Amino acid sequence: MVAAALPLRSDTAPGMALEVEAVSHHFDLHGKALPVLDRVSFRIEPGEFVALLGPSGCGKSTLLRLVAGLDPPSAGRLLADEATVTGPDPSRLMVFQDPTLFPWRTVRDNVALGLEARGLLRSEQHRVQKAIDLVGLGGFAGAYPHQLSGGMAQRAALARALVNDPRLLILDEPLGKLDSLTRLGMQGELLGLWQRAGFTALLVTHDIEEALILATRVLVLGPRPARLVADLAVGRPYPRHRDDPHLVGLRHRILELLGLAATW
Amino acid sequence: MTILSEVSPLDPEAALAGSGAGPGFRPWGGGLAAGALWLGAGALTAVWPDADDWGYTQELAILLGGFGGALVVAGLLGDRLGRLGERLRPKAPWLIALALLVAVWEVLVAKLNLLPRPFFAPPQSFLEVYVEDGRRLAECTIASFGLLATGYLIGAALGFASGVAIGWSRAVAYWGHPLLRLIGPLPAVAWLPIAFFAFPSSWSASVFLIALASGIPVAVLTWSGVAGVNSAYYDIARTLGAGPRFLVLKVAVPAALPHVFVGLFMGLCAAFSVLVVAEMVGVKAGLGWYLQWAQGWAAYGNMYAALLVLALVCSGLVGLLFRVRDRVLVWQKGLLKW
Repeated sequence: MVAAALPLRSDTAPGMALEVEAVSHHFDLHGKALPVLDRVSFRIEPGEFVALLGPSGCGKSTLLRLVAGLDPPSAGRLLADEATVTGPDPSRLMVFQDPTLFPWRTVRDNVALGLEARGLLRSEQHRVQKAIDLVGLGGFAGAYPHQLSGGMAQRAALARALVNDPRLLILDEPLGKLDSLTRLGMQGELLGLWQRAGFTALLVTHDIEEALILATRVLVLGPRPARLVADLAVGRPYPRHRDDPHLVGLRHRILELLGLAATW
Repeated sequence: MTILSEVSPLDPEAALAGSGAGPGFRPWGGGLAAGALWLGAGALTAVWPDADDWGYTQELAILLGGFGGALVVAGLLGDRLGRLGERLRPKAPWLIALALLVAVWEVLVAKLNLLPRPFFAPPQSFLEVYVEDGRRLAECTIASFGLLATGYLIGAALGFASGVAIGWSRAVAYWGHPLLRLIGPLPAVAWLPIAFFAFPSSWSASVFLIALASGIPVAVLTWSGVAGVNSAYYDIARTLGAGPRFLVLKVAVPAALPHVFVGLFMGLCAAFSVLVVAEMVGVKAGLGWYLQWAQGWAAYGNMYAALLVLALVCSGLVGLLFRVRDRVLVWQKGLLKW
């Protein structure tokens, strides 16, 4: 229906290619090195929707921080569109599990944050309302974050990212804290946004079903220090159904990989 | 309007008769009770002879009675007072308590002479001071206000800036934190010799003392506010393309503002408490100076009168600060959810 949600560029493809090359990472814990990621390698093509699954605390969020450029990897390198990631950039944006809206700013001013930080607010002002409308918060532009429900706050956080027209959207369990009904609705919205805007999406989730409903590919990480244990193409058209036998089979396979087959 | 013009303040019966006809009219009971008590305090002051020859007893009686009469009128007008009435209504318990306090005070000191003199002064001696020494008190209030405002604004600005710097930069914190810890707890009097030596005039030395006293709590609270900002806010801003300037001014500072306002409040209180010390360095006018002068002459009536002015100015400025805070921190209020 709509070609691109917020057309800003016409020169480049809307999605970004991401290459993770033998990335290892460790934390310093009381002077001892705590390994988190162990030579993780994969490539994401422009416009893909990749879900990252793995046991709790395996280093998924750490990997996302490296992709966002918030921390440098201990070893290996990350390439965004064939250029080494050296720091954060508005073309690679992150949506966290907590909306972390700035409580002193209204929804409108929160969404405007990126444009304001880059000095584009004056020329690109119109994009703010567009992004707010896009996530269905049209009537709440003047509301403060404490006046929003969890789902609305997460929508605002999504708009805050989308207004910058990111080429890679990094989603760190963005629906993890929502109630199950809101969550189902927002999975559909997320999918719609991705289909329309064409950005590359990298999603960390604990919900296998969510990964299978949304992603074109599912990467499974092992326990810490995490290595890539499986790279599964989902290969089903949208909209998908939760009881699709192919997806049910994949779900079983992933549970096996995570060592939870007995619980199914 | 018609009621106001027809009825004199001391003629409640006429007011009652004139206003009873209005539809949905409700008098303000609290105001009537408070007014009656103030009228009673006035009558008591006028009728009961003083135990000693205090001046201004009759003037005080008129003042108390007038205030009581005004409250009675307000009580009779009730609902018709509109906005003013809504603001007055919750004050009734205080108005009643104050009337009782003034009456007890008047009886204990002026009528029965039960409290040792000259340490206690009756209400009428406040009136006497304000009438006979009002001009000088006003000059002193203005002088103190100027001193306080200058010192406080300088102190708050410098305290805020250094708090942000210490909270933000590790290098500044390395040097600033121990200094702040050493200087912070020192009493202002301790700085008197240095202030005398380092500043060209006694006025600037006083400004220094007030700025120091008010700046330190502002610095400490701003620092702790900036240091305590959720690091996720910085992550968000950095990924969105924010530079260091944006991170300080648009993330750290607004996130720390609730703390900053606590510091500003504590700084204002500290500024008031060092005012007397600050005016010891040789200024020629000011409430602190007036207090010392009155105490030196054992003019305790003058001292209490000046203290009352000081307390009112202080609470007025604190109230003003709270208003500014409520406006700036409007995002914290109103936990309306849907």
